[in-house]
Amino acid sequence: MRVKFKIYRYQPEVREEPYFDTFEFDAEPTDRVLDGLNHIRWQMDGTLVLRRSCQQGICGSDAMRINGANRLACKVLIGDVGAKITIEPLMGFRVIKDLVVDMDDFFEQYRSVLPYMITEKPPPEVERLQSPAEREVYDDTTKCILCAACTTACPSFWSNRDFVGPAAIVQAHRFIFDSRDEGTDERLEVLGERDGVWRCRTIFNCTEACPRDIKITRAIGEVKKAIALKGA
Amino acid sequence: MSKHVHTYDALVVGGGGAGLMAAVYLTRQPGLRTAVLSKLYPTRSHTGTAQGGISASLGNMGEEDSWEWHAFDTVKGGDYLGDQDAIEIMCREAPEVVYDLEHMGLPFSRTDDGRIAQRRFGGHTQNYGESLVRRSCYAADRTGHMILQTLYQQSIKHGVRFFDEFQVVDLLIDDGGCRGAVALELRTGDLHVFRSKALVLATGGYGRIWEITSNAITLTGDGLFVSARCGIPLEDMEFFQFHPTGIWKLGFLITEGVRGEGGILRNSEGERFMERYAPSLKDLASRDVVSRAIYKEIRAGRGIDGRRYVHLDATHLGADVIEQKLPEIADFCRIYLGIDPVTDPMPVQPTAHFAMGGIPTDIHGAVLALDGSVIRGLYAAGECACVSVHGANRLGTNSLLDLVVFGRRAGIAMADHCAAAELLPVGDDPAGRARADLERLWATAGKDGEKAAEIRREMSELMMNNVSVFRTEELLIEAKEKLAELKERADRIAIDDPSRGFNLDLTEAWETQGMVVLAQVITECALHRTESRGAHSREDFPDRDDENWLKHTLAVLRDGTVEIGYKPVSFTRFEPKEGVS
Ligand SMILES: Cc1cc2nc3c(=O)[nH]c(=O)nc-3n(C[C@H](O)[C@H](O)[C@H](O)COP(=O)(O)OP(=O)(O)OC[C@H]3O[C@@H](n4cnc5c(N)ncnc54)[C@H](O)[C@@H]3O)c2cc1C
Ligand code: SF4
Ligand code: FES
Repeated sequence: MRVKFKIYRYQPEVREEPYFDTFEFDAEPTDRVLDGLNHIRWQMDGTLVLRRSCQQGICGSDAMRINGANRLACKVLIGDVGAKITIEPLMGFRVIKDLVVDMDDFFEQYRSVLPYMITEKPPPEVERLQSPAEREVYDDTTKCILCAACTTACPSFWSNRDFVGPAAIVQAHRFIFDSRDEGTDERLEVLGERDGVWRCRTIFNCTEACPRDIKITRAIGEVKKAIALKGA
Repeated sequence: MSKHVHTYDALVVGGGGAGLMAAVYLTRQPGLRTAVLSKLYPTRSHTGTAQGGISASLGNMGEEDSWEWHAFDTVKGGDYLGDQDAIEIMCREAPEVVYDLEHMGLPFSRTDDGRIAQRRFGGHTQNYGESLVRRSCYAADRTGHMILQTLYQQSIKHGVRFFDEFQVVDLLIDDGGCRGAVALELRTGDLHVFRSKALVLATGGYGRIWEITSNAITLTGDGLFVSARCGIPLEDMEFFQFHPTGIWKLGFLITEGVRGEGGILRNSEGERFMERYAPSLKDLASRDVVSRAIYKEIRAGRGIDGRRYVHLDATHLGADVIEQKLPEIADFCRIYLGIDPVTDPMPVQPTAHFAMGGIPTDIHGAVLALDGSVIRGLYAAGECACVSVHGANRLGTNSLLDLVVFGRRAGIAMADHCAAAELLPVGDDPAGRARADLERLWATAGKDGEKAAEIRREMSELMMNNVSVFRTEELLIEAKEKLAELKERADRIAIDDPSRGFNLDLTEAWETQGMVVLAQVITECALHRTESRGAHSREDFPDRDDENWLKHTLAVLRDGTVEIGYKPVSFTRFEPKEGVS
């Protein structure tokens, strides 16, 4: 099929203002949007840049806006979005060049929730025990690949860049509900602050955007409840 | 001197499983200054794609298991080319590192009594080959993802300094040892000099040299290329594993688990052809055997519709088995192929998967020179290294184990080294060579010349046709000649993008130049080894030849040509036996 990719360009060394470029070429409906972008880069215009690595939806490199929705370019088939495709960088972070955005703040937010196992008790010689049921409680949030699709789809984040954002809350959830972890109090403290979970207005954009199908809004709800219970 | 100079005690190049494990152990040493340089954000590393699991003889499933059995399986799986001292260490330390990962928070799947759950995987047996044993520890079908996440979390906890999106383009090595590295800061295009007492390369694999591969687009073998250019030998490069069931054209892996659950391979006539090639194990024969069988079927014109794939049929397993046990695979098929494995067979072909060979190291991760001496201050771990624990063919789930065992050992050894060593001086312009390389490329921007993408395409097709599952002298010599041409053309690559910051055009061109050189090394090694062993299958020399070839290949680059040498295999307890597959 003949496709038309309209792509947001920002080449600060050449031109101050961002602009759109259009590329027309033949593609298979089963090609991924990422294949289309690679085709452009390798056959038409080598100056186009984006982040990509695994090409199979697991590394989290290529989240971008595809016809207005946050998606991984490697997980969307051209045939499923149509012949006219508009591609823009994620919203809410500074654009460095074309589709590449500055992820520093995103990883800063991530770090702020203490995203690692905290334990006081020394571990046993073998594994710590955890029942399948205890393991199941936080299974969903272990799937996160830190792609930022959720955070950059969130209106609360767009209006307040200090909001810790859904991705960081998902990461915190993964530890708060892990029976082995002993750092819950510290984490709830961070998330209970002004720019923590309460900025979430349950808009569900994050859940819709997540390429890993994580039930993000539900996870945020569980964290809110944990904070409320602790406060009570 | 470059305007950016950094000094650390220890440097880790690569933020995958191997690099992060080394980093975590390094930062446990108080007072040691450690930094990780990675061309990707660490969580983007390819370790995250591993699904199957990590092996350790925990015996959690009510079956007896022992590290000796694990070691035997590893030796036998590697067709007796693995170094048995290293294999013993890996298998003995496996339970300890798996517990270590659990203590760091890794969310392993659990047994009913709350212990780490384990499952079967090809080649892992009880009592020296008697019956399959549950040895693979897993976290659903996301084991690699969870290892990567957990080690990244620990790195943050311990305050590891990260230089994300810094691509190492040269090493500072001379007779005195390794003094650090030169890296390109992708965001700005600036070169940085990193000085160190100890540096570990953990840059992963290089499957991108082949057309069809399970490897990420960024797995281009940079660590091997920069090492080889500094005169460091590369070991056993002719051994590269082709996994039998990659998705047609895309190359992604369809896990062995599908055949484990009862999936069947069929040719265009609907025949279950593995019955002919491996009457007892059939579809579950070892990876090299199944890959060769598929190749032969395709070559005999029995690919589906005359194309280069066969069918993996799981339709008889029923929707329940597929949805519950193989959800990620079902997802893959639906998204990328628009087919449903519940009702349609999956198109598969062998895919370039794993590098057994790499930068030679001792059991502490220290890199070895051609004469077998240690190169002071230089270490390697993970898929880019060759200890060698995988020999001629790797068993599933042994790679993740290799990463954490030898990543940890390298971290510990580097910390010891740093405690005693002085920082070595560097010359006036340590970034000079790297700058010259990159400036030469930059200067071509917008000019006429060869296109990197075209060279990559020709190289990867050539390697797929001539230097993959089957090899012959004729095919290899043809490959060698064409690669020489491609090498020359690669030196004349012209890029489009003149800019400094985030110049993907430039880094891809540089990676392509490196891959062509590695392809030459691989081809030369394959040409020299006139026997068939593990993943290296010579149709003109179909038998294993222990008398002449029970030895590791070492390849060294000298003035653009590849010189070949050898070193003995280390034996401890298992004598070579004829393989039965
Ligand atoms: C699809 C798939 C499934 C697999 N499943 C299993 C399994 O179930 N069990 C198992 O045991 N093994 C499995 N393997 C193999 C195993 O996952 C890999 O061998 C292993 O993850 C490699 O880890 P690594 O740390 O060496 O490299 P990687 O995880 O690939 O990391 C490489 C790192 O090096 C960095 N890097 C590269 N070049 C440079 C440079 N020039 N400068 C700076 N940084 C650089 C990258 O940014 C990255 O951080 C699988 C492999 C694949 C492809
Ligand atoms: S929760 Fe989903 S959308 Fe958000 S960062 Fe994680 S994987 Fe991406
Ligand atoms: S390239 Fe890895 S998620 Fe798309």
